[in-house]
Amino acid sequence: MKSNGEVLIKTEKLYKSFGDIRVLEGISEEIHKGEVVVVIGPSGSGKSTFLRCLNLLEMPTDGKIYFEGVDITDPKTNINSHRQKMGMVFQQFNLFPHMTVLKNMTLAPMKLLKMKKEDAEKKAMDLLRKVGLAERANAYPSQLSGGQKQRIAIVRALCMNPDVMLFDEPTSALDPELVGEVLSVMKNLAAEGMTMIVVTHEMSFARDVADRVIFMYDGVIAESGTPDEMFTNPKNPRTRQFLQSIL
Amino acid sequence: MAEWFSNLKAQFILNFIDDNRWKLLVNGVLLTIRIAFFAVILGVLIGSIVAIIRSTYDKNQETMARRKGFLYYLFSFVNAICKVYLAIIRGTPVVVQLMIMYFIIFASSKNGMLVATLAFGINSGAYVAEILRGGILSIDNGQFEAGRSLGLNYVQTMIYIIIPQVFKNVLPTLLNEFIALLKETSVSGYVGIKDLTKGGDTIRGLTFAPFMPLIAVALLYLMIVLLLTWAAGKVERRLRTSEK
Repeated sequence: MKSNGEVLIKTEKLYKSFGDIRVLEGISEEIHKGEVVVVIGPSGSGKSTFLRCLNLLEMPTDGKIYFEGVDITDPKTNINSHRQKMGMVFQQFNLFPHMTVLKNMTLAPMKLLKMKKEDAEKKAMDLLRKVGLAERANAYPSQLSGGQKQRIAIVRALCMNPDVMLFDEPTSALDPELVGEVLSVMKNLAAEGMTMIVVTHEMSFARDVADRVIFMYDGVIAESGTPDEMFTNPKNPRTRQFLQSIL
Repeated sequence: MAEWFSNLKAQFILNFIDDNRWKLLVNGVLLTIRIAFFAVILGVLIGSIVAIIRSTYDKNQETMARRKGFLYYLFSFVNAICKVYLAIIRGTPVVVQLMIMYFIIFASSKNGMLVATLAFGINSGAYVAEILRGGILSIDNGQFEAGRSLGLNYVQTMIYIIIPQVFKNVLPTLLNEFIALLKETSVSGYVGIKDLTKGGDTIRGLTFAPFMPLIAVALLYLMIVLLLTWAAGKVERRLRTSEK
């Protein structure tokens, strides 16, 4: 899980505005294979938008994004096939309420990877066992707690064998006592060598798990470095100010 | 009392038994159901297509406009046609639409039943389209994003994730539309179709006794609607169990 692997995602001068509101103001960044990058910053700094640009849930206004060497901002690129390799976990879980947990997990592998039902279900059950939710395989999302929903959302994305996992404030909608179970799943994932980009307010997670912490402010990356550098000796006064206000 | 009963009996025989007049009602019911049934199918078909075009356009307008491709202009054009269709159909009475179809557009056709089915189906399609579009809009955008982030394309996301949820949500409203459609077919008599209403009215004209035939017509409509409501309630309960 060191950051000396090959470049997996590269952004070049990424800009994004919503109407007149400029959210991203030129972000050039590289994410390496196996790296766990945590993005922090005050609300409105553009960190979620940055993350959502990486799999084109938001179309950047300008700039380029390379994923595994392919320019995915090129209109000719088939974004769907690249999204299969980029798992995403949302703040609001976004499980499909009309499907059981197992169906939630097997839908995409069966439709997109053409996996056989038995194979997809076997894989899903293996993943469910790993996160301790095997017995909820046939439950519907409305029957689960927030923490359970988020753990399902994570393994649903993992069913596609992604090369990178994007986490958009995965614990922000959870009751405080449920945050731990989700973070521990994410920690295990990091330990297995998954490339992860995590937007979060969980500074303990950033400190313990991240290889690199990115601090965003006003649509740009104000500072980035190892958790140690960032938390003990931030160079940018903005970073210092932000960390002081939340720690 | 006995006199009242025998009077009633005579009325009944006069209106329904003599000359097999009951056949007017039975054939009328069958015709009404047939028109309504095929009109519903046509309406759902047209409605789904229009709703999907409209909401796809609304959702992807920004992205498509950026690329300025052929697809964008095609979609803008088709979307405009859909809007005109909705405006015309919802802005004019169904009986006028029916007469225009029968006496102008299909003036050469002798098949009144087919023309009526078309007219009612096209009419219903506009209402179904707006019901479905409302249903699609009511689904949280996170559902789209979750589907797309897994790598499903727009159409797959619609088919596997959005439409099933929309269908469940709009079922009561859709049923309401079907009931309205069934009753709207009662104007078919304007173009010489012997539907249920026309059947009852024909009997009234023959016997000059309006009470029985018209009440019978009303009861028959009521029975069909109650049956529909009951069946839809069952379907709805079955769909709901998946969320409990």
